[in-house]
Amino acid sequence: MRRLSWFNATSLTLGFAFLYLPMVILVVYSFNESRLVTVWAGFSTKWYGELLRNEAFLDAAWVTLRVAVVSSTLATILGTAAAYVLIRAGRFPGRTLFSGMMYAPLVMPDVILGLSLLLLFIAIGLDRGMVTIILAHTTFCMAYVAVVVSSRLATFDQSLEEAALDLGCSPWDAFRSVTLPIIAPAVVSGWLLGFTLSLDDLVIASFASGPSSTTLPIKIFSAVRLGVSPEINALSSILIGMVTIGVITFSISSKRSITRRQREENQAN
Amino acid sequence: MRRAALILLPYSWLFAFFLIPFLIVLKISVSDPALAIPPYTPLLDLSEGWAGVKAFFAGLDFDNFKFLASDNLYWKAYLSSLQIAVTSTFLALCVAYPIAYGMARAPDEWRPTLMMLVILPFWSSFLIRVYSWKAILAQEGLLNQFLLWIGVIDTPLTILNTTTAVYIGIVYTYLPFMILPIYAALDRLDTSLLEAAEDLGCTRLQAFWLVTFPLSRGGIIAGCFLVFIPVMGEFVIPELLGGSGTLMIGKVLWEEFFSNRDWPVASAVAVILLLLLIVPIILYLRNEQKQREAGA
Repeated sequence: MRRLSWFNATSLTLGFAFLYLPMVILVVYSFNESRLVTVWAGFSTKWYGELLRNEAFLDAAWVTLRVAVVSSTLATILGTAAAYVLIRAGRFPGRTLFSGMMYAPLVMPDVILGLSLLLLFIAIGLDRGMVTIILAHTTFCMAYVAVVVSSRLATFDQSLEEAALDLGCSPWDAFRSVTLPIIAPAVVSGWLLGFTLSLDDLVIASFASGPSSTTLPIKIFSAVRLGVSPEINALSSILIGMVTIGVITFSISSKRSITRRQREENQAN
Repeated sequence: MRRAALILLPYSWLFAFFLIPFLIVLKISVSDPALAIPPYTPLLDLSEGWAGVKAFFAGLDFDNFKFLASDNLYWKAYLSSLQIAVTSTFLALCVAYPIAYGMARAPDEWRPTLMMLVILPFWSSFLIRVYSWKAILAQEGLLNQFLLWIGVIDTPLTILNTTTAVYIGIVYTYLPFMILPIYAALDRLDTSLLEAAEDLGCTRLQAFWLVTFPLSRGGIIAGCFLVFIPVMGEFVIPELLGGSGTLMIGKVLWEEFFSNRDWPVASAVAVILLLLLIVPIILYLRNEQKQREAGA
């Protein structure tokens, strides 16, 4: 077993302290009695209570959640199809344009994406609301799904698909009974990634939303622009907690399924 | 038949919601304000046939771009975005490399956990992570309290609402994007090359500069693009952590659009930003393709 040199140990410790201290501080101060966020005045959960009584935040949270579920589902379907097309469909006219359009949203600044989508919605006369946020989020999330799924598609053994086709499966059956189960973990991570990106997005949602539909990030942003507030600290802590639990559960369950698969493969051999 | 349908589904979506919106931005950036603010004159009226097409081209003018070129604010905003993006990309590289290196040299059984620790902040809200620095960097914030307490400084430092705070925010939020590709490159590296270098008389530092660093170049390039490109258009970080002195083009675009409601100018700002980014974006996509081919 390799041992960690003092240099590597120091850089890891400092690095992870930098990554995690701000969030730890945020969570700790969400339990602060005082309204002044930088002065500790004793333990209290009152800001969580305030938060639960704040209708505006709850409404925004509900809008955000519905947008995230719908758009990440659409993005998963479209993104998986796009990944499949890019990796498996071979050459077709306009393939370069397609892959460019597919990957560009990953690096494109949000302000440009948001502005261009808003101008489209206005040009076609679509009223801004939940529908437009869903359309916008689907577009930028599908790129992330496509990246995750295509890296899985590129690494698995294509001869399995060919065998299914040789044995008389239709292409759709082969996809459903061979390809899909193999890429399923990537599809699930793609969905989760799309879901969190949609939950988190401020800039694109600000452009695409109308006065009737405000998402949670828009609400948080307009509150924190004015300064630090303990309710926002409480809300942030809840969100951080949910993400932490989600990521840990997902990584443990996927690790289990990998070890189970390895065991089955070993038994089969 | 099925294949065509499968290709058409995502293709037409991207066409409708990615390509066409850009063409509209392009069109509006060369329109007069009166035409570009709703109610719209139609973008391209094909019902009039050839006359409509001629009217379309006759309506184009580059006044918005001339306006951008003549106003110092926009030049300064583009240049200062560029400067902030370059500096913070370099800073992020300096912070990320040792972490990625430490991860790649850590015992095997630690690595999944370390990976998860890097990915976890990426999954939690960007907005919240930027916001968390507000309480730390403020005049009466925790960093100043700490520095006063250990006696390094006598008077609190002003960090929040300065460009320094923007650098800290950018490095902090974009760090995982830099760590992951570098770690992936270092992880692939064949350690027997290092042993060979040391056997041939290199010191460890020389071996690092001659072997490890060049072999991780693909990861470094990918990480730099992943930080540089989005930072150029960054809006949230300068808005929340920066002050009036921090000029960034993403913020200018936002204000043109939401505060001044000058859509043609906002579109022209977006077009120029995109033109500035198109070269790095293409280079990034090329580099990714090369990495993929090398990995396969």
